[in-house]
Amino acid sequence: MSMLAPALPARKSARVEIAVVAIFIALALVPFAAAYGAQSYILGLFVRVMVFAIAALAVDFLCGFGGLVTFGHAAFIGLGAYTVAIAGAHGVTDMTITLPLAILVSALFAYVTGTICLRTSGVYFIMITLAFGQMAYFIAGSLAPYGGDDGITLPPRSTLFGLAVFKDDRALYYVTLGFLAGAYFLLRAVVYSRFGRVFRGARENPTRMATIGFDVFRYQRIGYVIAGALGGLAGFLLANATEFVSPAYMSWQRSGELIIMVIFGGLGTLYGAIVGAASFLLLEEVLAGFTENWKLIFGPLLVLIVLFARGGIVGLVTSIKARLTRG
Amino acid sequence: MADAVLLIENLRKRFGGLVVTDGVTLEIGPGELHAVIGPNGAGKTTLIHQISGTLSPDDGRILLNGTDIIGMPPNDRAKLGLARSFQITSVLPRFSALENVALAVQARSGSSYRFLRPAAREAELNDQAMAALTEVSLDHRADVVAAHLSHGEKRALELAIALALEPKLLLLDEPMAGTGPEESERIVTVLKKLKGRFAMLLVEHDIDAVFALADKISVLVYGRVLASGTPHEVRNDPAVTEAYLGEELE
Amino acid sequence: MSFTLFIVQTLNGLQFGVLLFLIAAGLTLVFGVMDFINLAHGVQYMLGAYLAVMFYALTGSFVLALILALVAALAFGLLLEFTVFRHLYDRDHLEQVIATFGIIIFLNQAVKVVWGAAPLNLPIPEALAGTVQLMPGLVYPVWRLVIIASGLIVALMLYLLVSQTRVGMLVRAGATHARIVSALGVDIRRLFMIVFGFGTMLAAFAGVMIAPILSVEPGMGDSVLILAFVVIVIGGIGSMRGAFMAALLIGLVDTLGRSFMIDILRLVMPPSPARTVGPAIASMLIYVLMALVLYFRPAGLFPAKGRS
Repeated sequence: MSMLAPALPARKSARVEIAVVAIFIALALVPFAAAYGAQSYILGLFVRVMVFAIAALAVDFLCGFGGLVTFGHAAFIGLGAYTVAIAGAHGVTDMTITLPLAILVSALFAYVTGTICLRTSGVYFIMITLAFGQMAYFIAGSLAPYGGDDGITLPPRSTLFGLAVFKDDRALYYVTLGFLAGAYFLLRAVVYSRFGRVFRGARENPTRMATIGFDVFRYQRIGYVIAGALGGLAGFLLANATEFVSPAYMSWQRSGELIIMVIFGGLGTLYGAIVGAASFLLLEEVLAGFTENWKLIFGPLLVLIVLFARGGIVGLVTSIKARLTRG
Repeated sequence: MADAVLLIENLRKRFGGLVVTDGVTLEIGPGELHAVIGPNGAGKTTLIHQISGTLSPDDGRILLNGTDIIGMPPNDRAKLGLARSFQITSVLPRFSALENVALAVQARSGSSYRFLRPAAREAELNDQAMAALTEVSLDHRADVVAAHLSHGEKRALELAIALALEPKLLLLDEPMAGTGPEESERIVTVLKKLKGRFAMLLVEHDIDAVFALADKISVLVYGRVLASGTPHEVRNDPAVTEAYLGEELE
Repeated sequence: MSFTLFIVQTLNGLQFGVLLFLIAAGLTLVFGVMDFINLAHGVQYMLGAYLAVMFYALTGSFVLALILALVAALAFGLLLEFTVFRHLYDRDHLEQVIATFGIIIFLNQAVKVVWGAAPLNLPIPEALAGTVQLMPGLVYPVWRLVIIASGLIVALMLYLLVSQTRVGMLVRAGATHARIVSALGVDIRRLFMIVFGFGTMLAAFAGVMIAPILSVEPGMGDSVLILAFVVIVIGGIGSMRGAFMAALLIGLVDTLGRSFMIDILRLVMPPSPARTVGPAIASMLIYVLMALVLYFRPAGLFPAKGRS
């Protein structure tokens, strides 16, 4: 059995629901805990965690449920972020415009590139999503008026009807949390819906799905657009959080990191994406604090996870639990 | 036949220099179980592939209820009422038996562009799926993940999936391949039960099963229909006996 | 746009293409024969460069440095194969991608630890350091010609190896029917190791040859790796011929594209937008090319027989 996802439980498990809600509650409490320490730093860190969790959810949806291994998803984050930056450079900061625009741009890119990518499969799909990611990366790097390779700092963060709602870090934090929760529950519903069934079936056996009467390509493209739109949303939030945008947001290494986050947490579980994004980024912070050379530990860690810890952290926890209850 | 479900006219297919389908003409009426037999290499699988859409013929017509389906992608053929079972079992391994069939029901009932409501709770889909599973005696295995079913059970599941589609024509590509005598009998029983409900094209090597089931038989040799008729007619056709059946039916 | 510039850039494109071929050859073999996506192939290239710098500092001789670097790179590659890669052959591509990605992260950092983050340099051997006049008004660096020549020689060698020797035949067979080859009694493990080792040396060789021209720094393998994958996808996975053709094609398209895109665009649009849009399009060219190839010829332009 490969890493590519265990069977999806037919019915949602209550225990999982509780664990997920617990995670969200914990996240909601962070700003209060942070008041005792370096608030801005901690809030900033966790906002980044949540932003990438949203993107990781999208990747898990595509990869863990749809069998579509995308190596170019960071492009959508970048597209969302650049939409905010470019609009901002022209004086448009209201999120009633920039947020839908960021999502729309990403969705459109997903639709167009998906139409081409989804004609391929397997390693070719990986390569072509990578190619489109690189294209976005290079286009962004060549936008001299918007910073080119160096990127561009945002003017103020997004406003809402003229009000600087994100001036307080906590406001941005809770909005991001809200979007994360929304993204999670949305994807969870989609996965179990009629559409989700077709999407998942297409991963299992696309030939069979076609002979049942489904135009697999259309369903996969819709899934790809949903994932792209979520990436754009993440980009919007990221631009606000860091107040900076650069082509590096779209590098293939970033896309690779998204996959790592999902694998870390456990492919095909959705909440694993959140766990994975959190563990990846927090681990990165912690290790970087210890030694500049944390990557020397991180690299082999990835290899070990692939070789021994299938199912990521979630899988490990489940199997440990199983072993304990058996004892 | 005016109301033929499947009408194949002068179908031709070659692979390079090898002619695999050499002007095949075939008709199947509603409710008819039509078997295609022939020695290995006769072109039976190629014929099935052309009807299902995996291969594209070089010449000729394939009419499903009057519509020429050549060039149509498999999902469009399914919408026109074509269902098939595969020579190598093809189900959704990680879905339960029930879900496998429910998906087929879903394909022909209503839109699948529904994103929020849980599909597994739709009673209508589940009821119809259970009905199909009951027909093939798999209802007690409804919640078993398809990968854990036995080979014969998977075969039955394929039939249930096909049933759930309420097809006009069911293509059966060697349904008994690789099954032991017990499972074979089970499949024959199910097929006998389904006879008459819709047209079926059966490609099979198991001659006993064929003669037990078929309304009409076409014998394919070297890509050509050597003989076509009722089992009795075919059995007594000297050309057939000579070319294919040999002494098996003494 | 002068004719001389065009020739120079064409030669540069050939040189780039030859380099890409050296890297892509190993990659496509490994992918074709073992169905193994090796993202870490780029670090082999990087290691080759670093090892050459190190051995040059120790021996003062470019030739010695080259030989020692190849040997060391081979040894290291085989070590990686033995400890990590051979456990990944049975896994699916995603797992291979993640694991080899982890190796990249580790080695990029390790190289920083051992040699520091500052770019290093390897001097061109004196005899080959100058320029040569190819035609009146056209001078070209000798070393780049050496790279082109050595690349073509290696390509020829590989061609002979793969088409004329028994091992080559096994490799070609293994590229399409590994199980059958194994069932015929060939030690598939040994074959894999040979293929892998060879690919590693080719990549390291490319690294050594390019070191005098580019700066040797951590992460230098990453961009090249992506290009190498584009090459093998366009050329056809498992196909040496495809890798060669595609590498040259990409080398030329990329180099000429970057040099002349603005000029080409100015044929159809005013200079100012051409200058903004030009570089962007130039960097995208090969990806657009790959997307087109994948759309029309999903198996690549020269697929290995038995693969399309």
